[in-house]
Amino acid sequence: MKAKVHVMLKSGVLDPQGEAIRHALGSLGFDGVNGVRQGKVIELDLADGTDEATINQMCDKLLANTVIESYRVEVL
Amino acid sequence: MKAAVIVFPGSNCDRDMAVALKAAGADVTMIWHKDSDLPKVDLVAVPGGFSFGDYLRCGAIAAQSPICKALISHVERGGYALGVCNGFQVLTETGLLPGALMRNAGLKFVCKTSPLTVKTSQSAFTEGYNAGDSVHFPIAHHDGNYTADATTLATLQDTDRVAFTYGDNPNGSVADIAGVLSENRRVLGMMPHPERAVDHGHGGTDGQALFRGLIGQFAQA
Repeated sequence: MKAKVHVMLKSGVLDPQGEAIRHALGSLGFDGVNGVRQGKVIELDLADGTDEATINQMCDKLLANTVIESYRVEVL
Repeated sequence: MKAAVIVFPGSNCDRDMAVALKAAGADVTMIWHKDSDLPKVDLVAVPGGFSFGDYLRCGAIAAQSPICKALISHVERGGYALGVCNGFQVLTETGLLPGALMRNAGLKFVCKTSPLTVKTSQSAFTEGYNAGDSVHFPIAHHDGNYTADATTLATLQDTDRVAFTYGDNPNGSVADIAGVLSENRRVLGMMPHPERAVDHGHGGTDGQALFRGLIGQFAQA
Protein backbone atom coordinates (compact mmCIF):
# COMPACT_ATOMS: atom_id res chain seq x y z
CA MET A 1 0.00 0.00 0.00
CA LYS A 2 1.01 3.55 -0.53
CA ALA A 3 0.38 6.73 1.36
CA LYS A 4 1.09 10.35 0.69
CA VAL A 5 1.89 12.74 3.48
CA HIS A 6 1.35 16.42 2.79
CA VAL A 7 3.36 18.65 5.12
CA MET A 8 2.59 22.38 5.26
CA LEU A 9 3.62 25.21 7.52
CA LYS A 10 0.78 25.93 9.91
CA SER A 11 -1.42 28.83 9.00
CA GLY A 12 -0.13 31.84 10.88
CA VAL A 13 3.50 30.78 10.43
CA LEU A 14 5.04 33.13 7.88
CA ASP A 15 6.37 31.19 4.89
CA PRO A 16 9.35 33.12 3.47
CA GLN A 17 9.76 30.70 0.55
CA GLY A 18 6.10 30.96 -0.41
CA GLU A 19 6.41 34.75 -0.32
CA ALA A 20 9.44 34.62 -2.64
CA ILE A 21 7.50 32.43 -5.08
CA ARG A 22 4.58 34.86 -4.98
CA HIS A 23 6.90 37.76 -5.87
CA ALA A 24 8.50 35.75 -8.69
CA LEU A 25 5.06 34.93 -10.15
CA GLY A 26 4.25 38.63 -10.03
CA SER A 27 7.43 39.51 -11.88
CA LEU A 28 6.54 36.94 -14.55
CA GLY A 29 3.38 38.92 -15.16
CA PHE A 30 0.91 36.66 -13.33
CA ASP A 31 -1.33 39.16 -11.62
CA GLY A 32 -3.74 38.34 -8.87
CA VAL A 33 -1.66 35.77 -6.96
CA ASN A 34 -2.72 36.73 -3.47
CA GLY A 35 -0.72 34.17 -1.58
CA VAL A 36 1.59 31.18 -2.00
CA ARG A 37 2.35 28.54 0.62
CA GLN A 38 5.04 25.97 -0.05
CA GLY A 39 5.01 22.55 1.53
CA LYS A 40 6.28 19.09 0.77
CA VAL A 41 4.81 15.78 -0.25
CA ILE A 42 6.32 12.57 1.10
CA GLU A 43 5.33 9.28 -0.58
CA LEU A 44 5.47 6.17 1.59
CA ASP A 45 5.53 2.63 0.25
CA LEU A 46 4.20 0.62 3.20
CA ALA A 47 3.54 -2.98 4.17
CA ASP A 48 -0.08 -3.83 3.41
CA GLY A 49 -2.33 -3.27 6.37
CA THR A 50 -0.31 -0.47 7.96
CA ASP A 51 -2.91 1.48 9.88
CA GLU A 52 -3.35 5.20 9.75
CA ALA A 53 -2.47 5.57 13.43
CA THR A 54 1.01 4.22 12.67
CA ILE A 55 1.41 6.66 9.78
CA ASN A 56 0.34 9.48 12.07
CA GLN A 57 3.03 8.42 14.53
CA MET A 58 5.62 8.57 11.72
CA CYS A 59 4.46 12.12 11.01
CA ASP A 60 4.50 13.22 14.64
CA LYS A 61 7.90 11.70 15.36
CA LEU A 62 9.78 12.60 12.20
CA LEU A 63 8.05 13.64 8.98
CA ALA A 64 6.60 16.88 10.32
CA ASN A 65 7.81 19.26 13.01
CA THR A 66 4.47 19.89 14.65
CA VAL A 67 5.81 23.04 16.32
CA ILE A 68 5.55 24.78 12.94
CA GLU A 69 4.06 22.27 10.50
CA SER A 70 0.76 20.49 10.04
CA TYR A 71 0.30 17.33 8.01
CA ARG A 72 -2.38 15.44 6.17
CA VAL A 73 -2.18 11.72 5.41
CA GLU A 74 -3.70 10.39 2.20
CA VAL A 75 -3.85 6.59 1.98
CA LEU A 76 -3.80 5.62 -1.71
CA MET B 1 35.19 19.35 33.67
CA LYS B 2 34.47 16.58 31.20
CA ALA B 3 32.77 17.36 27.92
CA ALA B 4 31.67 15.30 24.94
CA VAL B 5 31.28 16.70 21.43
CA ILE B 6 28.88 14.75 19.22
CA VAL B 7 29.95 14.19 15.63
CA PHE B 8 27.28 13.58 12.97
CA PRO B 9 27.94 12.95 9.30
CA GLY B 10 28.04 16.53 8.03
CA SER B 11 29.12 18.19 11.28
CA ASN B 12 31.80 20.75 10.48
CA CYS B 13 32.25 22.75 13.68
CA ASP B 14 32.98 19.74 15.88
CA ARG B 15 36.71 20.36 15.93
CA ASP B 16 36.25 24.10 16.60
CA MET B 17 33.96 23.26 19.51
CA ALA B 18 36.50 20.80 20.94
CA VAL B 19 39.33 23.33 20.57
CA ALA B 20 37.30 26.04 22.34
CA LEU B 21 36.36 23.70 25.19
CA LYS B 22 39.94 22.46 25.60
CA ALA B 23 41.31 26.01 25.54
CA ALA B 24 39.01 26.80 28.45
CA GLY B 25 40.27 23.77 30.36
CA ALA B 26 37.79 21.00 29.58
CA ASP B 27 38.68 17.37 29.03
CA VAL B 28 37.01 16.65 25.67
CA THR B 29 35.89 13.38 24.07
CA MET B 30 34.49 13.17 20.55
CA ILE B 31 31.44 10.90 20.24
CA TRP B 32 30.19 9.39 16.99
CA HIS B 33 26.44 9.65 16.36
CA LYS B 34 25.97 5.87 16.15
CA ASP B 35 27.20 5.37 19.71
CA SER B 36 24.26 4.79 21.99
CA ASP B 37 26.09 5.57 25.23
CA LEU B 38 27.73 8.74 26.41
CA PRO B 39 30.79 8.57 28.64
CA LYS B 40 30.32 10.15 32.06
CA VAL B 41 30.49 13.84 31.20
CA ASP B 42 29.24 17.13 32.62
CA LEU B 43 28.52 18.77 29.27
CA VAL B 44 27.44 17.47 25.88
CA ALA B 45 28.11 19.85 23.01
CA VAL B 46 26.18 19.51 19.76
CA PRO B 47 28.24 21.28 17.09
CA GLY B 48 27.35 23.21 13.97
CA GLY B 49 27.38 21.90 10.45
CA PHE B 50 24.94 20.23 8.11
CA SER B 51 24.13 16.94 9.78
CA PHE B 52 22.72 14.44 7.29
CA GLY B 53 22.82 17.10 4.58
CA ASP B 54 19.98 19.01 6.27
CA TYR B 55 17.63 16.44 4.66
CA LEU B 56 13.95 16.61 5.63
CA ARG B 57 14.54 19.52 8.04
CA CYS B 58 17.77 20.82 9.57
CA GLY B 59 18.61 18.58 12.52
CA ALA B 60 15.58 16.30 12.07
CA ILE B 61 17.49 13.13 11.14
CA ALA B 62 20.27 13.80 13.65
CA ALA B 63 17.66 14.15 16.40
CA GLN B 64 16.65 10.50 15.78
CA SER B 65 20.19 9.12 15.99
CA PRO B 66 21.18 6.70 18.79
CA ILE B 67 23.39 9.27 20.54
CA CYS B 68 20.49 11.71 20.81
CA LYS B 69 18.57 9.23 22.98
CA ALA B 70 21.60 9.24 25.28
CA LEU B 71 21.69 13.05 25.08
CA ILE B 72 18.04 13.26 26.15
CA SER B 73 18.75 10.96 29.13
CA HIS B 74 21.79 13.08 30.03
CA VAL B 75 19.65 16.24 30.06
CA GLU B 76 16.83 14.52 31.97
CA ARG B 77 19.39 13.59 34.63
CA GLY B 78 20.25 17.30 34.96
CA GLY B 79 23.30 17.28 32.67
CA TYR B 80 24.40 20.33 30.71
CA ALA B 81 24.14 20.64 26.93
CA LEU B 82 25.23 23.31 24.48
CA GLY B 83 23.95 23.34 20.89
CA VAL B 84 25.39 25.81 18.41
CA CYS B 85 23.95 26.48 14.96
CA ASN B 86 23.00 23.04 13.60
CA GLY B 87 23.33 21.89 17.21
CA PHE B 88 20.58 24.35 18.20
CA GLN B 89 18.42 22.94 15.39
CA VAL B 90 19.06 19.41 16.70
CA LEU B 91 18.10 20.47 20.25
CA THR B 92 14.79 21.95 19.07
CA GLU B 93 14.09 18.85 16.95
CA THR B 94 14.66 16.59 19.96
CA GLY B 95 12.27 18.76 21.97
CA LEU B 96 14.96 19.61 24.54
CA LEU B 97 14.47 23.27 23.67
CA PRO B 98 11.19 24.92 22.64
CA GLY B 99 10.44 26.51 19.27
CA ALA B 100 11.84 25.80 15.84
CA LEU B 101 14.31 27.25 13.35
CA MET B 102 12.90 28.10 9.95
CA ARG B 103 14.44 29.29 6.68
CA ASN B 104 15.92 32.80 7.05
CA ALA B 105 13.33 35.46 6.25
CA GLY B 106 15.63 36.88 3.55
CA LEU B 107 15.99 33.32 2.12
CA LYS B 108 19.76 33.75 1.84
CA PHE B 109 22.54 32.01 3.71
CA VAL B 110 24.01 34.63 6.04
CA CYS B 111 27.70 34.52 6.94
CA LYS B 112 29.08 37.46 8.91
CA THR B 113 29.86 38.68 12.38
CA SER B 114 26.71 39.62 14.23
CA PRO B 115 26.38 42.02 17.16
CA LEU B 116 24.53 40.35 20.03
CA THR B 117 23.22 41.39 23.41
CA VAL B 118 23.61 39.07 26.38
CA LYS B 119 20.12 39.05 27.89
CA THR B 120 20.81 37.18 31.09
CA SER B 121 23.82 36.25 33.17
CA GLN B 122 21.70 33.74 35.12
CA SER B 123 23.08 30.54 33.60
CA ALA B 124 26.33 28.61 33.69
CA PHE B 125 26.82 29.59 30.05
CA THR B 126 26.38 33.34 30.48
CA GLU B 127 27.57 33.98 34.02
CA GLY B 128 30.85 35.27 32.58
CA TYR B 129 28.95 38.21 31.10
CA ASN B 130 26.68 40.90 32.49
CA ALA B 131 23.13 41.16 31.23
CA GLY B 132 23.14 43.90 28.61
CA ASP B 133 26.73 43.23 27.47
CA SER B 134 27.33 43.61 23.77
CA VAL B 135 29.32 40.80 22.13
CA HIS B 136 30.21 39.88 18.56
CA PHE B 137 29.97 36.26 17.38
CA PRO B 138 30.13 34.93 13.83
CA ILE B 139 26.93 33.57 12.32
CA ALA B 140 26.72 31.22 9.31
CA HIS B 141 23.34 29.68 8.61
CA HIS B 142 20.44 29.35 6.20
CA ASP B 143 17.82 28.27 8.71
CA GLY B 144 18.21 30.42 11.80
CA ASN B 145 14.83 32.10 11.84
CA TYR B 146 13.72 31.27 15.39
CA THR B 147 10.01 30.90 15.83
CA ALA B 148 7.82 29.93 18.75
CA ASP B 149 4.12 30.34 19.41
CA ALA B 150 2.98 33.34 21.45
CA THR B 151 2.58 31.34 24.67
CA THR B 152 6.04 29.79 24.42
CA LEU B 153 7.58 33.15 23.58
CA ALA B 154 5.91 34.80 26.58
CA THR B 155 7.14 31.97 28.84
CA LEU B 156 10.70 32.33 27.55
CA GLN B 157 10.66 36.07 28.14
CA ASP B 158 8.89 35.97 31.49
CA THR B 159 11.26 33.34 32.87
CA ASP B 160 14.45 35.07 31.63
CA ARG B 161 15.29 32.23 29.26
CA VAL B 162 16.33 34.31 26.25
CA ALA B 163 20.12 34.13 26.48
CA PHE B 164 21.15 36.24 23.49
CA THR B 165 19.41 38.57 21.04
CA TYR B 166 20.64 39.95 17.71
CA GLY B 167 21.37 43.64 17.34
CA ASP B 168 20.77 43.41 13.61
CA ASN B 169 18.23 40.55 13.31
CA PRO B 170 19.80 38.88 10.26
CA ASN B 171 17.24 36.10 9.78
CA GLY B 172 13.79 37.25 10.91
CA SER B 173 13.87 35.56 14.33
CA VAL B 174 10.93 36.41 16.55
CA ALA B 175 11.87 39.03 19.17
CA ASP B 176 15.45 39.07 17.74
CA ILE B 177 16.14 35.80 19.60
CA ALA B 178 19.57 34.31 18.94
CA GLY B 179 19.75 31.81 21.80
CA VAL B 180 17.45 30.26 24.41
CA LEU B 181 17.83 28.31 27.64
CA SER B 182 15.90 25.29 28.87
CA GLU B 183 13.62 25.50 31.88
CA ASN B 184 16.37 24.28 34.24
CA ARG B 185 18.83 26.68 32.50
CA ARG B 186 21.27 23.83 31.82
CA VAL B 187 20.65 23.56 28.08
CA LEU B 188 21.60 26.44 25.79
CA GLY B 189 20.89 26.55 22.07
CA MET B 190 22.12 29.41 19.92
CA MET B 191 22.65 30.10 16.23
CA PRO B 192 25.78 32.33 16.58
CA HIS B 193 29.13 30.61 17.04
CA PRO B 194 30.89 31.43 20.34
CA GLU B 195 33.50 28.76 19.51
CA ARG B 196 34.57 30.83 16.53
CA ALA B 197 35.38 33.81 18.75
CA VAL B 198 37.87 32.42 21.27
CA ASP B 199 41.24 33.26 19.70
CA HIS B 200 42.81 36.51 18.52
CA GLY B 201 43.28 34.79 15.17
CA HIS B 202 39.48 34.55 14.92
CA GLY B 203 39.22 38.32 14.92
CA GLY B 204 37.58 38.44 18.35
CA THR B 205 37.55 36.68 21.71
CA ASP B 206 34.06 37.50 22.98
CA GLY B 207 33.24 33.79 23.15
CA GLN B 208 35.93 32.98 25.72
CA ALA B 209 33.77 34.14 28.61
CA LEU B 210 31.09 31.60 27.69
CA PHE B 211 33.46 28.62 27.79
CA ARG B 212 35.53 29.88 30.72
CA GLY B 213 32.40 30.68 32.72
CA LEU B 214 30.91 27.28 32.02
CA ILE B 215 34.06 25.40 32.93
CA GLY B 216 34.76 27.67 35.90
CA GLN B 217 31.37 26.74 37.28
CA PHE B 218 32.42 23.09 37.41
CA ALA B 219 35.85 23.90 38.83
CA GLN B 220 34.16 25.49 41.85
CA ALA B 221 31.72 22.62 42.30
